[in-house]
Amino acid sequence: MVNFGGWDMPLEYAGILAEHDAVRTGAGLFDVSHMGEIEVRGAGALELVQWVTCNNAAKLAVGQAQYAGLMTPQGTFVDDLLVHKISDMHYLLCVNAGNQYGDFAHIVASNRFDAKAENAGPRYSQLAIQGPRATAILQKLTQVPLEPIRYYHFACGKVDAVECLIARTGYTGEDGFEIYFDPQFSEKLWDKLMDAGQSAGIQPCGLGARNTLRLEAGMCLYGHEIDDTTTPWEAGLAWICKLDKGPFLGSDVLARQKQAGIERKLVGFEMLDKRIGRDGYPVIIAGQEAGRVTSGCPAPFLKKNIGMAYVPPKSACIGTEIQISIRGQAAAARIIALPFYKRLQ
Amino acid sequence: MYPNDYRYTKDHEWVKVDGSTGTIGITDYAQHELGDVVFVELPKVGAQLKTGGSLGTVESVKAVSEIFCPVSGEVTEINLALGNAPERINQDPHNSAWLIKLRLTDAKETSGLMDAAAYEAYIAEKSKEHSA
Repeated sequence: MVNFGGWDMPLEYAGILAEHDAVRTGAGLFDVSHMGEIEVRGAGALELVQWVTCNNAAKLAVGQAQYAGLMTPQGTFVDDLLVHKISDMHYLLCVNAGNQYGDFAHIVASNRFDAKAENAGPRYSQLAIQGPRATAILQKLTQVPLEPIRYYHFACGKVDAVECLIARTGYTGEDGFEIYFDPQFSEKLWDKLMDAGQSAGIQPCGLGARNTLRLEAGMCLYGHEIDDTTTPWEAGLAWICKLDKGPFLGSDVLARQKQAGIERKLVGFEMLDKRIGRDGYPVIIAGQEAGRVTSGCPAPFLKKNIGMAYVPPKSACIGTEIQISIRGQAAAARIIALPFYKRLQ
Repeated sequence: MYPNDYRYTKDHEWVKVDGSTGTIGITDYAQHELGDVVFVELPKVGAQLKTGGSLGTVESVKAVSEIFCPVSGEVTEINLALGNAPERINQDPHNSAWLIKLRLTDAKETSGLMDAAAYEAYIAEKSKEHSA
């Protein structure tokens, strides 16, 4: 158990490698109840969501979710989040555990609309079932047809008699679902899912595998790739930053940065050395310190050591050879395309 | 679990003394704390190591950990098998996954280290702190 944002969280159960493999080839179950939930309701709910986030929530249909950034007036990240449109006047935001109180305060302080924000974290537990066999396992426990739910869409319905929001989302690069429900049913649903998945070899997974899976899938982690000093342009998240939707927090700064250009860019790298370039290690290009690693670990499925780092844009081309300073020694690495891993279907 | 004829450090290394040769590894407690080991960096044969100095690193999926030398001496052998099979440290930390062998400077140096009973009491205390 480790302390993570004030929650006692299991780092691993069977071991990170075994858990990682289970999610890539079978199914894994994560207790992610630490994640925060913020609900926004009212006639001005969309306006509030649009003002504080950088993606275009107006494009969402009811039952659809999107990845977005919660922005500062400087165009940097307060947090990253998932925005779920439950109805025209009701949005559910799923945010990082450690940021939830700050996020909520930020949203409330930014609210000049006909909308009300509620910190709903205590009302929700969340389990993530991920992997190619996740759908079949979850389907055993629900009448809601799961196959028609498209990626980044959700349905509301019962899982083993417990009312749930069933979202086809995840943080692993694999197919799967994240389900949100009343915390009083947490243990019961965990046990039911473990039972339903037993024959398929479902594996309980901890924070360790959650990190290796998301990194292999090239996904950002708040506090590593993104924070309140990084912008979407720098983090390779232009696809969630929609300047054409109208003004939002930081949009003026982001428009200027888009014109002027960025001074650092997030890239993926693979080690050409056996060692691992980890969070905080300096990146050396042409003999000069040129950036920092944001995350690094062995990629258990790809069987190589990978990481992400910020480097100057002129050095960010795929194939560029760089060095990572590991305990004072320069270790060879090469910039490669993100994501490192992409599932076939 | 913890062999009686080994001696142990607070940093979770073990040393087994045979005459003037010391064999060094990390304990089962250490491998468990590290999780899946993926890489081991060891000194060169002939290197002179000092008590408390670094003898290398053990890298797991989640972290990298420096290994400290429990006794001083000259490296006479390193466990080359770990190069291709670092996971042996998780499977057999007290035997086949030894890290290095030393020609000891002074075999009596181990007298300051813990015996198995003292080490077990030490890690039991650690585990209590963890769950507290």
